[in-house]
Amino acid sequence: MTSPAIEAVWRIESARVIAGVARIVRDIGLAEDLANDALVAALEQWPTEGIPRNPGAWLMAIARRRALDLLRWNKRTERKHQEYSWASSTVAEDYVANLNSLMDDEIGDDLLRLIFTACHPVLSTDARVALTLRLLGGLTTAEIARAFLSPEPTIAQRIVRAKRTLAEARVPFEAPRGAELAARLTSVLEIIYLIFNEGYTASAGDDWLRPALYEDALRLGRILAELASGEPEVHGLVALMEIQSSRSRARTGPSGEPILLLEQDRGLWDQLLVRRGLASLERAERLANQRGPYTLQAAIAACHARAVAADATDWRRIVDLYSELGEISPSPIVELNRAVAVGMAYGASAGLELVDKLCADARLIGYHLLPSVRGDLLAKLGRSEEAVSEFARAASMTRNTRERDLLLERARAITEYPNR
Amino acid sequence: MRFMMIMIPGGYEKAAPGTMPDPERVAEMMKYNDELRKAGVLLALDGLHPPSAGVRVSFKGGTPAVKDGPFAEAKEVVGGYWLIQVKSKEEAVEWAKRCPASDNEVIEVRQVHDFPGD
Repeated sequence: MTSPAIEAVWRIESARVIAGVARIVRDIGLAEDLANDALVAALEQWPTEGIPRNPGAWLMAIARRRALDLLRWNKRTERKHQEYSWASSTVAEDYVANLNSLMDDEIGDDLLRLIFTACHPVLSTDARVALTLRLLGGLTTAEIARAFLSPEPTIAQRIVRAKRTLAEARVPFEAPRGAELAARLTSVLEIIYLIFNEGYTASAGDDWLRPALYEDALRLGRILAELASGEPEVHGLVALMEIQSSRSRARTGPSGEPILLLEQDRGLWDQLLVRRGLASLERAERLANQRGPYTLQAAIAACHARAVAADATDWRRIVDLYSELGEISPSPIVELNRAVAVGMAYGASAGLELVDKLCADARLIGYHLLPSVRGDLLAKLGRSEEAVSEFARAASMTRNTRERDLLLERARAITEYPNR
Repeated sequence: MRFMMIMIPGGYEKAAPGTMPDPERVAEMMKYNDELRKAGVLLALDGLHPPSAGVRVSFKGGTPAVKDGPFAEAKEVVGGYWLIQVKSKEEAVEWAKRCPASDNEVIEVRQVHDFPGD
């Protein structure tokens, strides 16, 4: 890419152009190629002729003209290449539909189709992530590779294979309806949240493209919240991401060491993002008959966001929310979190009772937070020796060096000041 | 990164208190705001009452002095702002260019200071 100004236009328009073309050719791989043709034309013409008044419409017009040319040519020569015959079988109807100027909400529909197609369950998780970032996030293959610490050819191949899989499976360029919608939406939300976490857990020393992933995810979430505004869990996920990112300034210390939620300086929490998160949560709760997993997690995050100080946290409410979450998506991790909340709301021994039950759960074997939580509760109960050995055990289980340091530090502190 | 797009409407420095924008313009601006929202870049926006209804607090000599608007010395005043989150300054500028602003309006694009760790 030669000009930052053209790059900026492309970042804004690429997903819309790809989606608008995919509506005609019904193949997102082909659609991306045609959209890229339009970008190449822009790179040739704009530097001398200037950026047009409406660059998005310009790009869309070129890409769609190429798409229609291609389909007409395919029809004329009656090529029966499988990837194109599939597309041309639907051309007549779509050709007419596309003679009308595209309304804004039509582009919205196309974008929604593009999101659902890129996150189609026929694809592996890795493939969905790469395709979503490429087609909707506007990231280049090189950027995705850097963000995921993978070699560029690996990502390039993954994207090529994903497109082929979609074509071979004849995945229609459609947004699902009815009963299928819920499952497909789950797949989309899962990918967005995965991208978010990939960026959010990146450490300060990482390439900046890694942390930038969480902003990409947030942007995708906000776009989806406009496109699928009636879906409560979309707002729930956006709320969760907004509230989590509100803490980005507070969650690490000066040398990059992690700072636990309850020890964070709440003055550093970004109140703009908190407010946005709370507003999204309100929308989610207004729309939902029964709160889904993202909405519940957001509601828990909101309990922390609303508390002016750590000791003002409404732990009883958090316990209830974890119970509700455990009912709709049971998992030992949720139970462990619930045990922490119970320990805060009803005392350490009540929490420990729950944690001890979880120690028998095979799914938590090797999970360092189990001994870490247990150590914390034991320390509160004055059972120092047991607490120290639990922290040491937790430290030996984590691969994250900063986390290990933190755990060993806690063990050391108890040994030195056992009565504190 | 975050940018503030600051709207500077010519003549607003002289506008009477309670001056409201023309409804047709408001409708156009709302369409633009929607565009920003649908693109997932809009964080916040606000429109401001004219400076004739405002107050200036100055600190010459270290003592706060309060003066009611309008302010004869003001040549350019802020009419409102959009706070957006984008990937580059160029992207912010591209969004500013898309604003349905009129002949006498200027948008100043300014980056918001990042906190360490952002």
